[in-house]
Amino acid sequence: MRFYDALGLEPKLALDSDDLKKRFYDRSRQWHPDRFSRGTAEEKQRSEEMTSTLNDAFRTLRDPVSRAEYFLSQSGLELPKDAPPELLEEIFELNMALEELRGGDESAREQLVSAQERFTSMLGEADASLAGLFERHDETSDKAVLDQVRATLNRRKYVSNLLRDVEKELNVHSAN
Amino acid sequence: MSTLQIDFGHAKPRIVGIDLGTTNSLVAVMDLTGPRILSGIVPSVVSVTESGEVIAGAEAREMLITHPERTVYSVKRLMGRGVADVQDELKLFPFHVVPASDAEGSESVLKLQLGDKIMTPPEVSAYVLRKLKEDAEDVLGADVTQAVITVPAYFNDAQRQATKDAGRIAGLEVLRLVNEPTAAALAYGLDKRKEGLVAVYDLGGGTFDISILRLHDGIFEVLATNGDTHLGGDDIDNLLLNIALEDIQSEWGEDVSGNAGLVQLLRRAVIQAKEALSFAPAAMIDLEYGPRKYQREIDVQLFNRLIEPIVERTLGPCRNCIKDSGITVEQINETVMVGGSTRIPLVRSAVERLFRKRPHTELNPDEVVALGAAVQAGILGGEVEDKLLLDVTPLSLGIETMGGLMSKLIHRNSTIPASETELFTTAVDGQTNVLIHVLQGERELVKDCRSLARFDLKDIDPMIAGMARIQVRFLIDANGILNVTAKDLRTGKEHSMDVKPSYGLTDDQVEAMILESYDKAEEDFKERQVREARVEADAILGAVDKAKEDQAYHALPEAERSTIDRSINELRLAYHSDDYLLIRDQIEKLNQATMALAEAIMNEAVGKALKGTNINA
Repeated sequence: MRFYDALGLEPKLALDSDDLKKRFYDRSRQWHPDRFSRGTAEEKQRSEEMTSTLNDAFRTLRDPVSRAEYFLSQSGLELPKDAPPELLEEIFELNMALEELRGGDESAREQLVSAQERFTSMLGEADASLAGLFERHDETSDKAVLDQVRATLNRRKYVSNLLRDVEKELNVHSAN
Repeated sequence: MSTLQIDFGHAKPRIVGIDLGTTNSLVAVMDLTGPRILSGIVPSVVSVTESGEVIAGAEAREMLITHPERTVYSVKRLMGRGVADVQDELKLFPFHVVPASDAEGSESVLKLQLGDKIMTPPEVSAYVLRKLKEDAEDVLGADVTQAVITVPAYFNDAQRQATKDAGRIAGLEVLRLVNEPTAAALAYGLDKRKEGLVAVYDLGGGTFDISILRLHDGIFEVLATNGDTHLGGDDIDNLLLNIALEDIQSEWGEDVSGNAGLVQLLRRAVIQAKEALSFAPAAMIDLEYGPRKYQREIDVQLFNRLIEPIVERTLGPCRNCIKDSGITVEQINETVMVGGSTRIPLVRSAVERLFRKRPHTELNPDEVVALGAAVQAGILGGEVEDKLLLDVTPLSLGIETMGGLMSKLIHRNSTIPASETELFTTAVDGQTNVLIHVLQGERELVKDCRSLARFDLKDIDPMIAGMARIQVRFLIDANGILNVTAKDLRTGKEHSMDVKPSYGLTDDQVEAMILESYDKAEEDFKERQVREARVEADAILGAVDKAKEDQAYHALPEAERSTIDRSINELRLAYHSDDYLLIRDQIEKLNQATMALAEAIMNEAVGKALKGTNINA
């Protein structure tokens, strides 16, 4: 995988963030265009290409979620487009509450605040379970684990979008 | 230049660092001991004299009062902008903008009329840069052809490109554009082995930037940046100016806002009062215009109330920047203040409140950016090996998609260089070109983003819709400037395209300006040489005149005295020619002819001094 290659790493889901940063800094020092300002046109172009790949790689891999998404897409697995079934009821109720608050029904606020707390803790759970799945996948290279990663990521993405909508609505109404 | 100066890298040409500011500009260079400012502050003002000569710097600033209609200041606010963009701005500035022709449309390059000359903002800036280049050459005693120039971190692609164009027009190869707050951090963290998170708050004459950096082992990594390219000391000046103009209207019973010379004089008075208010509880706006006088006292309370909205406008970008950095405000170890406007106590206290620690103000806020630019020049020149800047792009880059939507390709605060590739194809059978509209900004609709350029992938072989495969690579380079290349995946060859920048100059336009300025530069160079030679001639003629009164002169043999007289006459003749080499030759001849005389006078002086010592002893 190109981004792992750029940082001299084996493709793994679990990465040590300090090691990642050190690799990024070391390679930046070596390849950055600043080091080739008196170089040939060819050297300059090569430095620019290597550094831009390095930057893209670091940006993608340092965040566990974007890293897992990259890993999945490189393994030929795209995220599903559909909402996770276990969240359907939650989404339905939340949308009702959001509508009510927008319509001026302040009693919906309480419901939103508790939804905010619930989603925040669900995010934390998803992150923890991702970390566990990463380790298991790297040890076993089990395809089934990768599928679990994929399902967890999808769930996480929905939860994070819901949380964003709730917070946006709460902010708008507290500002008034 | 002192003879004790240590120069290094004689073999390599020196790269200078330039702070091209809204109000003032500075040039600096990296020495063995560290960065140092070359020559003084150059006001970023350009004027066209009645004889058609273009002048820049302190001289041009004087022309603001006497010839406001042929003088331009704060041109940085106009860089990379279109005619339609600056309508609001122009209400406050006395610039005369040449209206765009219908063929050019509102998205065309802005042009200014100065006397009988028409110039684009990059050409105006080029005159300031040329002045800095000359100042640096005078101090260094060598040609300067390469530079690092600083820009506000929040400058978009067009504004950066315009700055780079200005450098090229001025005869400078711009090796790098560096963001001003980043440059400041570089100067700040240079010798102290600083580690940790640093916020740089930069409020200058016309722009505001906030950047948060991580300093680690010589690496200066920008985590996020934010700002407003139209917010600064100018806005404070305009507030005070409007108050004074209203006062004058009621006192004198006359609207003087159309009197450009008076307005500039008043602007100067207002700026003096503003600067005094950083140190005193009250200050006077003091204007004398012919027999008429205007005075008004402003106290700090009123001043603070007036500028509070401006200070407040800087805090939103700060909060967004902290959020984008993925850190909390408590994690920030230090706050560094840059730009003249950070001398204002209200600005300092607002920053202190937001960042919850006392900001660093020990660096000269006017010089720190230029010093940082010199450090970056040292990095590029290879003299500084242990430092490295990793900067980010301030704005997201994207392309227009169906329905007038902007699809983001490279997100804001991505470390640069950053790149993204996108595959394009045809939508209709036989289609031979594809148009790509590139945008910059954070909003979802194309109309709310900044148009950068339109790329036309042309000469596509006619084929069935969807068969063409053209891979386009968008790269934001280390200057924060977009580069686009296209490859036909079917042939593996580079695919040609036409580029139409929305607000910038085309390459051909810049080339034409370079050619024009090249001719001028030769002329300018010659004129300067002649001027300098004449100054030297004046000095030696004066000295010889004085020496002729000395008794040592009369003691010289007749032949020697007539040689001196002949040399004087020859120099006086050469003086009025335009040939600086001839003037220098004659100076040298007179020097030779008066050598014995100078020695005699010197001996005489030494003899007197010794005698004096004896008497006193």
